[in-house]
Amino acid sequence: MPVLVVASHDNAILKEATAKVVTAAAAMGGEVDILVAGENAAAAASSAATIASVRKVLLADGAALARQGAEALEATIVPLMGGYDAVLFAADTTGKNAAPRVAAKLDVMQLSGVTEVLSPNTFVRPIYAGNAMLTVESTDIKKVVTVQATAFRPAGAGGSAPIESVAAPAEGFGSTFVGEELSKSDRPELTAAKRIVSGGRALGSDEQFRRLIEPLADRLGAAVGASRAAVDAGYAPNDYQVGQTGKVVAPELYIAVGISGAIQHLAGMKDSKVIVAINKDDDAPIFQVADYSLVGDLFTLVPELETELAKIGY
Amino acid sequence: MKVLVPVKRVIDYQVKVRVKPDQTGVDLANVKMSMNPFCEIAVEEAVRLKEKNAATEIVVVSIGPQAAQETLRTALAMGADRGIHIVTDDIVEPLAVAKLLKGVVEAEQPGLVILGKQAIDDDSNQTGQMLAALLGWPQATFASKVELAPDAATVTREVDGGLQTLRLALPAIVTTDLRLNEPRYASLPNIMKAKKKEIAAKAPADFGVSTAPRLKVVKVTEPPKRQAGIKVKSVQELVDKLKNEAGVL
Ligand SMILES: Cc1cc2nc3c(=O)[nH]c(=O)nc-3n(C[C@H](O)[C@H](O)[C@H](O)COP(=O)(O)OP(=O)(O)OC[C@H]3O[C@@H](n4cnc5c(N)ncnc54)[C@H](O)[C@@H]3O)c2cc1C
Ligand SMILES: Nc1ncnc2c1ncn2[C@@H]1O[C@H](COP(=O)(O)O)[C@@H](O)[C@H]1O
Repeated sequence: MPVLVVASHDNAILKEATAKVVTAAAAMGGEVDILVAGENAAAAASSAATIASVRKVLLADGAALARQGAEALEATIVPLMGGYDAVLFAADTTGKNAAPRVAAKLDVMQLSGVTEVLSPNTFVRPIYAGNAMLTVESTDIKKVVTVQATAFRPAGAGGSAPIESVAAPAEGFGSTFVGEELSKSDRPELTAAKRIVSGGRALGSDEQFRRLIEPLADRLGAAVGASRAAVDAGYAPNDYQVGQTGKVVAPELYIAVGISGAIQHLAGMKDSKVIVAINKDDDAPIFQVADYSLVGDLFTLVPELETELAKIGY
Repeated sequence: MKVLVPVKRVIDYQVKVRVKPDQTGVDLANVKMSMNPFCEIAVEEAVRLKEKNAATEIVVVSIGPQAAQETLRTALAMGADRGIHIVTDDIVEPLAVAKLLKGVVEAEQPGLVILGKQAIDDDSNQTGQMLAALLGWPQATFASKVELAPDAATVTREVDGGLQTLRLALPAIVTTDLRLNEPRYASLPNIMKAKKKEIAAKAPADFGVSTAPRLKVVKVTEPPKRQAGIKVKSVQELVDKLKNEAGVL
């Protein structure tokens, strides 16, 4: 039986994580359908239809799905599951919020943050902040999975799957949207960025965080990340947090500036291809995972790095 | 309003976890155990709601071995009123935890359940959402702010793009994120007082819930190790290496 992938999107734009989750779904064998659940989400559905080897795209469109709330996603997905062996979500805040509701309704145990698909019922996932990798076999008839998208390559493009409408639920789940404060930025999205510059507690203030980390990131066309300590101190917004309980990233280049390298932070970035660490403490744990370690004061080294990058055309 | 707070006993977040050589799990012998940090935040939030007179009674519940009593005592010392201990030596998966909690909710009828967003041992991030689905209640996960009125909770959530605020009709489920509050340390007098507070012992069978696992552990292994890198002496050398050796510039 086929596998259903729940698309990551903001109605207008399909996120790259979707194509990565399709790769994870394809590894389970069987055909792959994509569900786009949103409001006025036809554009996202059209993008989903171009992902290679997708059988069809289901579009559930309605006001109740405008923000992809967990209750509305549950009500959309559970009735579709008669036709599927498995449903996969990206392990982003939308997927983490909704997937367990679907699992509970189907009376199955969810697999969270899967990084490898070994067979239709065997998966690998990190536990204990990535200090151990668990290989686990599900004995449930249906699988509900959230996928660590950074661990999979995106499926190719060039498909032209048909788009089919499915029912969207009516409103009224006891949950009303009041408002949102979204970080506005022209920088790439953290979880999809090829380069990331992250700042830690050592930055000392939000002013210094902005003055040192952001120009370096902009020069490199990088996203900006932060440690929990930097977020807690108010130097950076919450959605910048990288780590066990923040975002998991795997860029080609990760530059950690004034971050000690606590296991909870490493859990979110240690799969980056190249790691650079700048820290004044010769023994900082971050140096144990860094490819290139630069010991010294960030307040002199970061401006120097900018100058040096400018020399080679950045 | 009664508030229910489920708390889990886990390996302390500062312990460097080691995988057992036989690959059956991680070494839990003689390691420090503590209350899951997100559960501490949940208890703290409940206590603050009570201090603001928005909550009247705080019931904490833990599912786990005899030693989980300590975790309940810690919560009672922080200001919870009484505990429920569902005693079992089995490893209980989030689905079964949610089913047991559903039983507790039906018996206790709280207006609000506050859970941690994630247990830092299994890193599942499931239980609160599962409980909400089983009860048919609305939920607000990853909370960084909670305001409680008699009939509704207004909750700000940490989401990928920033912050989102929802208003939930009660009864409802909230799960905590790191920025919700900073948990207090229990004072010595409160630790003494907590010893006298009631903890009711129950068994999974009392709720008619099977804790038989749905997931089979095939093996637990070390994560892949990164190759040790090099120390560069200058910014010039760093840029040169990134460009000519790593090829990322
Ligand atoms: C339940 C839980 C979940 C958590 N989740 C996360 C998470 O998701 N992500 C996360 O990041 N953390 C997380 N943490 C927190 C984590 O344990 C650490 O406390 C945090 O990562 C430390 O942040 P930091 O490295 O910025 O600060 P610190 O550990 O204080 O390190 C600052 C570093 O800056 C260096 N430094 C100081 N001045 C300078 C200078 N002038 N120049 C150069 N270097 C300098 C110091 O040598 C030090 O190494 C979590 C903790 C808990 C308990
Ligand atoms: N055994 C347990 N006993 C009590 N509460 C639990 C237990 N397991 C999970 N929880 C609650 O569910 C939250 C999320 O856990 P998890 O879904 O396992 O990541 C925890 O922070 C607790 O509030």
